[in-house]
Amino acid sequence: MKLTYTPEQEAFRAEVRAWMKANVPKETLASHDTVEGFTPHWEWEKTLAKGQWGMVTWPKEYGGRGCDLIQWLIFEEEYYRAQAPGRVNQNGIFLLGPTLMEFGSPEQKARFLPAMAAGDEIWAQAWSEPQAGSDLAALRSTATRDGDEYVLRGHKIWSSRAVFAHWCFGMFRTDPKSEKHRGISFILVPLNTPGIRVNGIRQIDGEAGFAEIFFEDARVPVANRLGEEGDGWKIAMATAGFERGMMLRSPARFQVTAERLVELYKKVADKLDPGLRSQVAQMWMDAQSFAMSTYMMASRLINGGHIGVEASLTKIFWSEMDVNMHRIALQMLGVRAELLHAAPDAGDIGSWLDGYIFSLAGPIYAGTNEIQRNIIAERLLGLPRG
Amino acid sequence: MDFSFSEEQQMVAQTVRDLLTDQCSSADLRKMMTAGEGLDEARWTKLCEMGLPGIMAPEEAGGLALKDEDFVLVAEECGRAALPEPLVEHAGIAVPMLAALIDNPAVRKVLEAAATGEGRVAVGHPANLFVDAADTAAALLLWHNDEVHLVSVDDVKLVRQPSIDSFRRLFRVEWMPSAKTKVADAAKGKALWALALDRGALYAAAQCLGMGQRIVEIAVAYAKDRTQFGKAIGSYQAIKHHLANCQVKIEYARPAVYAAAATIETPGPEVRALVSNAKLSAVEAADFAARTGVQVHGAMGYSWEVDVHFFLKRALGLAGAWGDRNMHLARVADCVLNSGMPLGPAATFPGGTAHAR
Ligand SMILES: Cc1cc2nc3c(=O)[nH]c(=O)nc-3n(C[C@H](O)[C@H](O)[C@H](O)COP(=O)(O)OP(=O)(O)OC[C@H]3O[C@@H](n4cnc5c(N)ncnc54)[C@H](O)[C@@H]3O)c2cc1C
Repeated sequence: MKLTYTPEQEAFRAEVRAWMKANVPKETLASHDTVEGFTPHWEWEKTLAKGQWGMVTWPKEYGGRGCDLIQWLIFEEEYYRAQAPGRVNQNGIFLLGPTLMEFGSPEQKARFLPAMAAGDEIWAQAWSEPQAGSDLAALRSTATRDGDEYVLRGHKIWSSRAVFAHWCFGMFRTDPKSEKHRGISFILVPLNTPGIRVNGIRQIDGEAGFAEIFFEDARVPVANRLGEEGDGWKIAMATAGFERGMMLRSPARFQVTAERLVELYKKVADKLDPGLRSQVAQMWMDAQSFAMSTYMMASRLINGGHIGVEASLTKIFWSEMDVNMHRIALQMLGVRAELLHAAPDAGDIGSWLDGYIFSLAGPIYAGTNEIQRNIIAERLLGLPRG
Repeated sequence: MDFSFSEEQQMVAQTVRDLLTDQCSSADLRKMMTAGEGLDEARWTKLCEMGLPGIMAPEEAGGLALKDEDFVLVAEECGRAALPEPLVEHAGIAVPMLAALIDNPAVRKVLEAAATGEGRVAVGHPANLFVDAADTAAALLLWHNDEVHLVSVDDVKLVRQPSIDSFRRLFRVEWMPSAKTKVADAAKGKALWALALDRGALYAAAQCLGMGQRIVEIAVAYAKDRTQFGKAIGSYQAIKHHLANCQVKIEYARPAVYAAAATIETPGPEVRALVSNAKLSAVEAADFAARTGVQVHGAMGYSWEVDVHFFLKRALGLAGAWGDRNMHLARVADCVLNSGMPLGPAATFPGGTAHAR
C-alpha cells in the first residue's frame, strides 16, 4: 500500500487545476436538462475537448490522454473543486464510451469515440420502456432485419436529455420469438432518423429532463449494432456496471457537497439544532469513505480486477449519501429552504433545493436501490432468491 | 379520560373530505397551476357555505365558536387535498387572534367579515419571514416589536417570494406601523404571537398528517397496479416495508397532533413541548412519505404526472413555516431539560388531563 501521489500524478493535478482555473465559466450555468442550460453545457464540452480533457481515460487516438483510473480520479477532483459545469454528455462518455471501448468494432470506435470526446455528438440512453423498468429484460421494442438495415419499432421512456441529444444507444429485440435476456441487441441510433419521435416528459421540477422515444419503422444500418446479434444483454450489463460502479458519480462531487455543507454549517451554526453538528461531521466521513472506496476499486481495476456485484454497493452508498447531505442542508436553511432562486430575498441559499430534488432521483435511476439490495443479498451474500 | 373525537367532529371532517375530493382533485390543482392561479373563489365559497372560515370565531361575530380540537381534523383534510386556499391559516390562526381582540371595534369589523369568509386575513409572524397568501387577503395581522397591527392590504406593498410550492404564495410585506394600525400593545401582543406560533405549528402538523396519509394511499394504489417481473411491485417486501414504515411514522405523529389541539390554549412548557413534538413528528412523517412515495413509483414518481410532488413540495414549505426543525427541537430540549416541567408516566398529558372529548 502507498497512499501518496507520485510526482507525475501531482504534476498532472497541477496541470488540470491550472487549466480549470483559466477555463471554467465564472457564472453558474442553468441545468443541462433545460432549454437554456443545454447549449452552454454543450459548448463547455467543446471547450473541454479543446484542452483535450473530454475523456482523459481514453486513448489519444480517440481524443483522450490515455490516463489510468487514478489520474481520472485526480482529474475529477480538480474538476469538481473548480465547480466546473455538469457533463451534459455523461451518458455518452461515462456509459457508452467504455462499452464501445470493450465491445465496439475498430470502425465503430473510430466513428463514435472521437466525436464523443470532441463534444460533437450528445448521447441518450434508450433502454427503459413503460412496462420494462426494473425488469429491463421485459423490453418489447424490436429491430427487424431487412437486408443490411434494421427496422425499429417500439416505445422507450425516461431517456435523459433525449429531447436535446443527437444519438441514442438502445436495446431492441432482434429475435421476435425470444424472451427475457436472450435475443436482445444493442443498437446505436441517430435521433433524427425518419420514423423517430421524441416527446419530452416533465420532471417534478417542471422541466422536460427526460423523454419518451417512439420508433415507428425507423431504419438504421445493421453496422450500428454493437457486438453480435443477441448479445445485447451481456453488453448492457457491462454498461450498467460502469454506470453504477465507477464513472457516473465520482466521489469528488460528494466531497465538494460535504465541504459546502460544512461551510453552510459554519455560517448559520448559532441558529441550529446542536444535533446537526454531528450530522455534518457524519456527512464528511461518508464522503471520505466513498472516495477511499473508489480509490480502492480503481487500484483493483488497474491491477487487473473487474467491477462485479460491488457496483451495487457503490450505487446505494452515493445515492443515499446525496439525499442525506441535501436534507441536512435544507434543515439548516430552515424557513428559507423552500425558496426558489428567483425569490428576491433568497439571499445566499445556494442550489441546495435543486440539489435535493435531483438527489431524490438517485435511488431510482441506474437501477433502483431496492433492486441493488436484492442483487447484493442474492449475488454477493448468497441468500436464496425471492 | 377519553382520547377520541366525537361523532360530530368526525362527521365535519368527512364532509370536508367529500367536498374536497369533489372540488380539489388533482385535475383541479393542475388546471390552476397551468393558469398560474393561486386561489379558486368558487371553491372558497363552498368552504364558506360550510361555515369553515368562522369555525373558531365567537358567535357574536357570526362564527361557530368551536375549538381547536374541532378544527384539527379539518386542517388534516386540507392537507390531504393539498388545498391551495389559505383556509387553515385564516380559520385556524388569524381568526382566533382577532377573536382575542374583539373589544376593538376595528378588529370586530374585520372579524365579522373573516367569519363569513368574505374578507380573508393573513398573518405575518416573525418566525416566518414572509406572509403566505397576503395578496388575496383583505387585511393582515402584522408583528411590530411584539405589538399586533391590523393593516388593510391596500396599505402595504407586497414582494412575491416564489416557493417550490407554487400554491404557497409568500410575500415580503412592506408597511408602516402607526397608532392607527395598532390593535394590541407589546405586553398583550407577546402572548398572542406566542399562541399564533403554536397554532401555526399545530395546523402545519395536522396538514402534514393528511398529506402523509394521502401519499401512502396513492403509493399503495400504484404498488397494487404496477407489475414488474410478472408480479405487482407491492408484493415485494422492499416495497411493503417502505410503505409500512410510512404508516408507522404517521400513526405515531397523530396522537401528539390531536393532544396538542385539545390543550393548545393551556399555558406552560408541557403544551409547548407537545406542540413542537407534533410539528416535528408530523413533518417528518410527511417528508418521509413523500420521498418514499417517489421511490415506490420509480421514474414515474419523479415525473410531473404523479401527484406525490404536490405533497412533497407542500411538506418542504410547511417544514420551515411556523418554527423550523431547529427551533422546535431546541424548544423541546429546553422544556424537557430546563423548565422543571413534570416528566415520566403520570405526565403523559399536560396538566394530567386530556381535554379531548
Ligand atoms: C431522473 C431519471 C433519469 C433516467 N434516465 C434514464 C435514461 O436516460 N435512460 C433509460 O433507459 N432509463 C432512464 N431512467 C429510468 C430508470 O432506469 C428506471 O426508472 C428504473 O430502471 C426503474 O424502473 P421504473 O421506473 O419502471 O420503476 P419500476 O421498475 O416500476 O419500480 C417501481 C418500484 O418498485 C420497486 N421494485 C421493482 N421490482 C422490484 C423487486 N423485484 N423487488 C423489490 N422492489 C422492486 C422499484 O425498486 C421501485 O421502487 C431514468 C430514471 C430517472 C428517475
